[in-house]
Amino acid sequence: MNKNLILYAVILIFGLTAPFVFPAFKVQLSILCVLIVLATTWNIQGGEMGYNTFGNILFYGLGMYLCASVQVGMFFPLAEWTESGGEKTFVHTPAQFFQGMAVGLVVAAVIPTIVAGLIGYAILGLRGHYFAICTLGLGVAAGEISGGIEIIGAGQGFTTPPFPNVGGLEARGEFFYFLSFGALVLTFLAVRAIYSTRFKLILNAIRDNEDKAEAMGIETMKYKIIGWMVSAFFCGLAGGIMGGLVGYIDSTDVAFDGREMGVFMVLMAILGGKGTLWGPIIGATVFHIFKEGFWTFFLGWQYVALGVLIVVIVIYFPEGIMGWLREKYPERFGEVIDEADRKAQVELK
Amino acid sequence: MDFMVFQYPMITVQACLDGLLLGILFALIAYGMALQWGVMNIINIAQGDLVILGGYIAYFMYLYGIHPAWGVIVSPIIMYFIGVGIYKLVINKVVDRDLFISILATFGISILFMQLMNFAFGADVVLANSGYGTTMLFDNNVTLPNSKIFSAFVSIVFAICLVIYMKKSKLGRAIRATAQNARAAKILGVDTEKVYAATFGINAALCGVAGALISITFTIHPYMGLPYTIRSFMIVIVAGLGNLPGVAMSGMGLGVFEEFADYILGTEFRIGSVFLLLVLILVYRRFKLSRKREYLK
Repeated sequence: MNKNLILYAVILIFGLTAPFVFPAFKVQLSILCVLIVLATTWNIQGGEMGYNTFGNILFYGLGMYLCASVQVGMFFPLAEWTESGGEKTFVHTPAQFFQGMAVGLVVAAVIPTIVAGLIGYAILGLRGHYFAICTLGLGVAAGEISGGIEIIGAGQGFTTPPFPNVGGLEARGEFFYFLSFGALVLTFLAVRAIYSTRFKLILNAIRDNEDKAEAMGIETMKYKIIGWMVSAFFCGLAGGIMGGLVGYIDSTDVAFDGREMGVFMVLMAILGGKGTLWGPIIGATVFHIFKEGFWTFFLGWQYVALGVLIVVIVIYFPEGIMGWLREKYPERFGEVIDEADRKAQVELK
Repeated sequence: MDFMVFQYPMITVQACLDGLLLGILFALIAYGMALQWGVMNIINIAQGDLVILGGYIAYFMYLYGIHPAWGVIVSPIIMYFIGVGIYKLVINKVVDRDLFISILATFGISILFMQLMNFAFGADVVLANSGYGTTMLFDNNVTLPNSKIFSAFVSIVFAICLVIYMKKSKLGRAIRATAQNARAAKILGVDTEKVYAATFGINAALCGVAGALISITFTIHPYMGLPYTIRSFMIVIVAGLGNLPGVAMSGMGLGVFEEFADYILGTEFRIGSVFLLLVLILVYRRFKLSRKREYLK
């Protein structure tokens, strides 16, 4: 326990001082925070509940569009804003910008949660790969459809309000860094709290044997929907922050980007280790470093490298880093090994 | 929303004919998917990318002055070996594992292929001009490119050949036996590893045929693969595994649906409507089955 406290304190201090110690990496660190949020929330479905979804990208993109639309729509006509594209016909005052961002983030978190609750009953009744393909279809459909809606920019994209001219040159990066770091801390605390309750055990029961869990008197559907709504809340929040950070929203390349972000969150969680609290965090960090390396050194070939990486991770490393550590040092994870039993099993093999 | 399609009967006829001819092509791709899903229990997300790759083979023959219709012969032969290669490298390691692993692994292959094709062939939309001309029907009100009729005819010929091959040949019998019970087939002396490789190769070859036909009749583009995967997945879950007439029927139904969605909603929502239809079909089946307290599996 004491060790954990020290660990948290070190991470917190690192997180709070990072933008001043490494000012050049502020944007990268903000993106890392968002990636960790996405991987952690994917893990609630894929790792703990056993429902492998490609559809959390739906909430992420929804949050992105909602946050930006609210931020603009509160003060200016939305249609004229998107029509004027990048040209700055309307300018937010600092107060308007921060008010809009605050309200926008709340909306971006709440609406996807409601959407998840509404479609959850229909979608979460599917099992296994049907669920995976259905959510994949959902994400791509959302991207294609939002790419045809005029008011949010259709094919030409949506420019989010530029950061107001306050607090000097570094203010924008610091603002978004602390916003995403705040989201990360919030997500971590919420997920950690969830994982220490009965709710996590129910999710694990659903993963291990859903029929049996139902037979034991657990209303599995209710808990599955709640689990999905928790994911949707944080995905929407992360999307809203990312929209402001990137500054430009495109339907299929930024918001509902099933080919990038939608696969990244699955991959990060698997790389780190499904079904653990720290796995997705480690996975996202490692993946982000790898990805930035690829994007810098293999420019143009990054998707090829990404495809190979997916295949290699999935085939040769499905247990992830945490799973590997667990195999290697079981004592650290509080597992007691019966040597005689282990020997007998090795002999059986 | 534009309902002009219902007010002029000729447009309706046009949409139906286009849809049916397109649907036969979809059915051919879906047949390949049903084959490898049934035999190996794998969902191949890279199916659409194999189709596009097959299309580029025909397109390249066209660029070098060979008539692209020969692609229908050449493309499946090349694609067969590519399919066997993919099986040996990746698929044979995921056959016995969780289905999600196969989905994710083939997703990786799909991204890889997409990008490699983008490098090799460029990001332009291309088509191979067959020069077959068009047929006019109903007082020149309905135009029907001959290439579409050719592609439907070739697809039907290939489907029939494959059905006969599966029924009569030794390999076909081995494939069907493995699909029924892989373990029993192994005991009775079937080399299941070879059967799996051949199945994936045949699937890739079918994709090659379909791709060559698509490059003649429609257009191809490196990033157009995923909709073909989703279409074939949809056709297979509607028809069920191993139900060839069902695959043909639902393929044509999907083709007609797409043409009407194109006319009514507009071209920009065409792909979106396909993906939404998939979600709706799955949700409908889920509610239908849940009445009997069952679920899709």
